[in-house]
Amino acid sequence: MIPAIELRGLRKAFGDHLVLDGIDLQVAAGEKVCVIGPSGSGKSTMLRCVNRLEEPSGGQVFVEGTEITDPECDLDDIRTRIGMVFQHFNLFPHLTVMGNLTVAPRRVRRMAKNEAVVTARQMLARVGLSEKEDAYPAQLSGGQQQRVAIARALCMDPDMMLFDEVTSALDPELVGDVLKVMRDLADEGMTMLVVTHEMGFAREVADRVVFLDDGQIVEEGPPAQVLGAPTHERTRRFLDRVLHH
Amino acid sequence: MALSRRQRSRLIHFTTTAVPLAVLLAVVLLADWSAIQQAFFQPEIAADLFPRIVTVGVKNTLIYTTLAFIGGLLIGLPIALLRLSSVRPYRWFAATYIELLRGVPAIVTLIAVGFAIPIALDVRVPGQYGPAALALALVAAAYMAETIRAGIQAVPRGQTEAARSLGMSPARTMIAIVIPQAFRIMIPPLTNELVLLLKDSSLVFVLGTTAETVELAKYGRDAVSRTFNGTPLTVVALLYLAISLPLTRLAAHLERRGAPAR
Repeated sequence: MIPAIELRGLRKAFGDHLVLDGIDLQVAAGEKVCVIGPSGSGKSTMLRCVNRLEEPSGGQVFVEGTEITDPECDLDDIRTRIGMVFQHFNLFPHLTVMGNLTVAPRRVRRMAKNEAVVTARQMLARVGLSEKEDAYPAQLSGGQQQRVAIARALCMDPDMMLFDEVTSALDPELVGDVLKVMRDLADEGMTMLVVTHEMGFAREVADRVVFLDDGQIVEEGPPAQVLGAPTHERTRRFLDRVLHH
Repeated sequence: MALSRRQRSRLIHFTTTAVPLAVLLAVVLLADWSAIQQAFFQPEIAADLFPRIVTVGVKNTLIYTTLAFIGGLLIGLPIALLRLSSVRPYRWFAATYIELLRGVPAIVTLIAVGFAIPIALDVRVPGQYGPAALALALVAAAYMAETIRAGIQAVPRGQTEAARSLGMSPARTMIAIVIPQAFRIMIPPLTNELVLLLKDSSLVFVLGTTAETVELAKYGRDAVSRTFNGTPLTVVALLYLAISLPLTRLAAHLERRGAPAR
């Protein structure tokens, strides 16, 4: 079985600063993997290397068996298979919700307008925002914007989704709605690579938790083991800090 | 003698109000109003200018300005994109273009396009308005390229990342996502550019204009030498204002209308 995502010896340096120091990771189709770790550990950079928003300094990244780090690959085509959701939503402020959801299907997939609109309505219903299709992003709360961002990614019918600390910029009372959408998505069998600080979500949804520190994978395994009985001192210290404060 | 704080503030208030008022009063009382009226505000001379000053002068000024503005945008946009390119020679080319045409007076560019280049290369820009409009467009493009570049760079990086992550190509991202947002940011500086162009169009006289292609300022100056009177200049000034004020109001309106969607 070809893994959905495979990182081989992934390295990333910004100048002299080594952010990722040889990451090896596989995510199987349908698997949900949560990546945790202290800030600055390189988790977001690792995620952004998967669709090459960040250019790796070394190593290889494979998406469904195709090497995305190959300069000859069709980067745009591979990216249509990878949905991405950002910490700061990054909705297009000059377009309505419907515009945000249909711009890529129409311009990249060359979908007819009415077809794109039908898909968009289905995805909006999935995230519980059917009544907002004519609103502009600025008229929505942070939680609603993030759900629209998830719907936007889903409109491209991706094979996998990357989540980059998607609840970190939200007011605490809005986090629940976004996590619920992600939980639903997980239940439907979506392949998910999730960088998060939500330990509850990781414990409940993840098939596997990866603990990253100093640009290296320190520990990985089922959530009960990594979060409940970590074998590494660094993991234990990190969990102590985030769970008992 | 020490003044209290209140006394001092009262004194400052008095001088800042009284002195300009006194100056204004002196001007009003001492000026020779009838001479001024004779030289600049003769209703008959003003009336004689119409309607041709509008049907010829204003019309041609609008034509030069519009052609130059649209041409400036069409040339300025690719230059802005070259300026932002990752290919170094492209950036150099764009930077050289911008520095050259911004650094040289518009009148020199007009003469170059109108006379020097046709002589040197044996190419002529076609059309009655062609050479002058092209020269103004080339100058405007240099300023607009910088405005457009700044507008594009003001669009947050996350916008490009979101579009690219959806599989949109760099060109598509630029056209569908970045440029529409950049233009909203650019409305105020572009209005500025339009008003500057409106007035720069008065320079096209250096290329020689015919009775058909003469623009507003030259039309007024010809009328001044015909009538030996300054009244046409007053009319010209008022007509320029009649064009530029609605433009700036429109831009302010567009800017406000764009605001809530951001």
